[in-house]
Amino acid sequence: MTALAEKPPVTPTRPALRHRLAERGIDRTLLLLVPGLVFIVVLFLYPFLYGLGLSFTPDQGGGPFANYQKFFQDPYLRNTLWTTFELGLPAALINVAASVPMAFKLRRPFRGKRTLTTLLVVPITLGTVLTADGLLEFLAPSGWLNKTLLAWHIVDQPIELVHNYWGVLFSLIITGFPFAFLLTMSYLSGIDPTLESAASTLGAGWWERFRFITLPLLAPGLAITFCLSFVLAFSVFPSAILVGDPSGETRVISIAAYHAAREQFDYSMGSTIAVIMTVSMLIVIAAVLLWRGTLYKGATGGKG
Amino acid sequence: MTVRAQQFTELRLDGVSRSYGAQTALEGLDLTIKCGEFVALLGPSGCGKTTALNCLAGLLPLSGGSIWLDDKRIDGLPPEKRDFGMVFQNYALFPHMSVRRNIAFGLRMHNVPKAERNKRVDEAISLVQLGEHAAKFPGQLSGGQQQRVAIARAVALQPPVVLMDEPLSNLDATLRLEMRTEIRRLHQTLGLTTVYVTHDQEEALSLADRLVVLRSGSVQQIGTPEEVYAHPVNRYVAGFMGYRNMFELNVIESNQSLVVLGADGFKLTGVNCEDVGAGGGIAAIRPEDFVLGGTDANRLEVTVEIVEYHGRDQSVQGTLRSGEPIYFRTQGRVAPGDAVTLSVPQDRVLVFSPDSAPPPDPAAT
Amino acid sequence: MSTTLVKPPSTAPPSEGAAPKPRRRIAGSPGSWLVWTMVAFFFVMLAGVIFSVVVTSVSTQWFGTWLPEGFTTRWYGSAWREFGLSSVLGTTAQVAIIVVVVSVLIGLPASYVLARRTFPGKKLVMLLFLLPILIPPIAYGIPLATVLYKFQLGGTLTGVILANLVPSVPFVVLTMTPFIEQIDQKIESAARMCGASTVAVFFRILGPLLVPGILAASILVLVRTVGMFELTFLTAGPDSQTLVTVLYNAVLGAGIRAPQQVDAMAVVYTGSMLLLLVIALRFVNPTQLVTRLKDEATSS
Repeated sequence: MTALAEKPPVTPTRPALRHRLAERGIDRTLLLLVPGLVFIVVLFLYPFLYGLGLSFTPDQGGGPFANYQKFFQDPYLRNTLWTTFELGLPAALINVAASVPMAFKLRRPFRGKRTLTTLLVVPITLGTVLTADGLLEFLAPSGWLNKTLLAWHIVDQPIELVHNYWGVLFSLIITGFPFAFLLTMSYLSGIDPTLESAASTLGAGWWERFRFITLPLLAPGLAITFCLSFVLAFSVFPSAILVGDPSGETRVISIAAYHAAREQFDYSMGSTIAVIMTVSMLIVIAAVLLWRGTLYKGATGGKG
Repeated sequence: MTVRAQQFTELRLDGVSRSYGAQTALEGLDLTIKCGEFVALLGPSGCGKTTALNCLAGLLPLSGGSIWLDDKRIDGLPPEKRDFGMVFQNYALFPHMSVRRNIAFGLRMHNVPKAERNKRVDEAISLVQLGEHAAKFPGQLSGGQQQRVAIARAVALQPPVVLMDEPLSNLDATLRLEMRTEIRRLHQTLGLTTVYVTHDQEEALSLADRLVVLRSGSVQQIGTPEEVYAHPVNRYVAGFMGYRNMFELNVIESNQSLVVLGADGFKLTGVNCEDVGAGGGIAAIRPEDFVLGGTDANRLEVTVEIVEYHGRDQSVQGTLRSGEPIYFRTQGRVAPGDAVTLSVPQDRVLVFSPDSAPPPDPAAT
Repeated sequence: MSTTLVKPPSTAPPSEGAAPKPRRRIAGSPGSWLVWTMVAFFFVMLAGVIFSVVVTSVSTQWFGTWLPEGFTTRWYGSAWREFGLSSVLGTTAQVAIIVVVVSVLIGLPASYVLARRTFPGKKLVMLLFLLPILIPPIAYGIPLATVLYKFQLGGTLTGVILANLVPSVPFVVLTMTPFIEQIDQKIESAARMCGASTVAVFFRILGPLLVPGILAASILVLVRTVGMFELTFLTAGPDSQTLVTVLYNAVLGAGIRAPQQVDAMAVVYTGSMLLLLVIALRFVNPTQLVTRLKDEATSS
């Protein structure tokens, strides 16, 4: 009779720490992330937090919130926020709204499509400063636009389009629309085209297809497009100075921040205004993103 | 489900063609479909079957020809006015709508009142047995379930014709068999006229009342499954329907009904299917029609190369003395290296003309 | 009863009442005139902007007539001297190239990690990389400039480079991460199974596949940096001005200078940018100049 050898009790060993960490995704590869993180922390987070701290230590004393109070109590300062919204919101809305029908009509390939998109990208490449300079001449009372309007008897007198709200708005649209358009097109192409075919076999005409199929599936992308367009428009700075009226009608909040920091050398106030600018913008974006969260955002099947 | 599909007598395609630029996707398709019929469009990719379906649906305009529903011409109508149901290959379920809303969509577009709409949606859901998934979204369903939703959505409107574009091709093998039976059951229950596109000949044979075999945009043969299976009309159809052996041989003698072919020391006598005269001919034989050690006049000496076990029988690839491969099935047992003799009755050797096949399409779409 | 027929290739003309040859045209449907009007309006504005500048720059005198009285190119020479354009162009090139190289060096490894690994805190890291793109440049530029001045980097070339890096690194990360995600991870595994070390995997397998993405990202950063106004404006000193800030100052001082001179400078700027655009388009398509940015961040 053979006696079965007793198997020594097996003590379960815990896997090495390295393996446990690797399970959760932490391993040496993460080191590659370090330069990027260091960079962001040093050159972005730190200055931003420093500025935030600065904003709570006003030059003239009066407690941490003195600068903030000053901003909201002084109409000259407070109104800049309103002015910026007055420019940014319509510009973003116009850009996004106009991009939808255009993206729709132009989504199928056609001859010259690449030329068209290339031309559209030109204003983005040229940037806000050049656009402002060009508008100063094109929209001037003696510029070509007014000349044309006069020649065709659409107006009796040249209309004021520079050194006011309109010049800046035009500038924001010229540089902002291509961006919104290309983004919208990209989202639109991410929607499976057979969905619309299926809808039409079920009896949906073009409006029903748009309303029940395309638009709901496009809406999350449009929300993002709006957010980005709004950021661009809200950040307006050189245009507001060059082709606007920086001490009056188009005194946007970025100008106020710059003025405080670099012309009055009140860095604390400058930082304060920068913080207010950021927070206001983030509130709008958060609201839009919250709304977007209620929409269906899953796969839409297209090739994107 | 008590579907009263709209009645009509026939759906007629008259010389339907479609081309883009220099490419012809579909040429002169003539087909008359009777109410209640299940017609399968069969062929490899690029043969024009999906094009034909899309033309029927109205998703593609015709380059030539016309389509008639009884005496009403419909090829000028957009898809939303044709009222044909369609099941897409990728199902095209609306991802942001629940199963219920997907199925109800067509009814909403036709302004069916709410109570009636709900009733019909419920009927459709129980027809495809998706009751417990009605509130789910397509992203939460499996492939087979999505497919059933797509079918339910198409039939909820009780359309006169249902179009199906390779609905089973995205499913795995077992599911495909299951769903095939489902589709058959639905067709028998509802009696809806169906036009079904597939590249799988087994599917077409098991589902269809009639087959339309296409290649490079032109019709090769139209007939019942039996007709096409047993009497393919040219080498191309034969090849597609499982006549795996296609021997190119020289004609020794021929008359109207029989042809004797030979090469390299063997002779085959077969049915003259295409008026084959002097010159060359193609002998098409099914692997199943060979008999191991049989007694028919047609005899072939074969060396066995590769044997695949299929349970009841074996699927064998061998070589003839000339080195050409030959495929046969046997319920006997052979092993690689064996030398065997096969025979085949002469009515199971179909002889076709070597140049009857249309030129290969310039670019498969 | 088998209806058979192999149809001979049909050369017959289409039967009566055939639908017209469908050549997909955009024009023709009712809503499209609206779209084309918008397109036309936009391009009229764009052309107006560019040509006003160009025509002014070559005019002798232009006082409110349709076209200037005469044409000359002398403004270019004077603008070149007046603004010191040769050194400005040199500075701009220096800044742009260094920014591109450094941001790729920092951003590429980071995007590799973000594309391949999930780890606790990943969402936070991605947000961190997103912030410099979301927040207006003025808003973080002012504190950034303050900090740079504190460390005696304000007004120097280094300062300008550092400032411009801030949005560029995230941009590289945002562009490269989806690009790397698209590369099947199994390729790296396959290489390892064949015995490749990590270095070999990177240089022989991954590297070549990444080149188009790196190229695209570099070009995008290049174009953006040259055109980026606010950051350089806040951090540049007299020796570290780039094209766009010089242009701004010129336009601002247009009351004192001849507008032709200002516009000559503007044309030099435009020419440089368009040249960059043309080069860029050889490597990326126009849509990528914009959309590469947001596509993936939305799905996070």
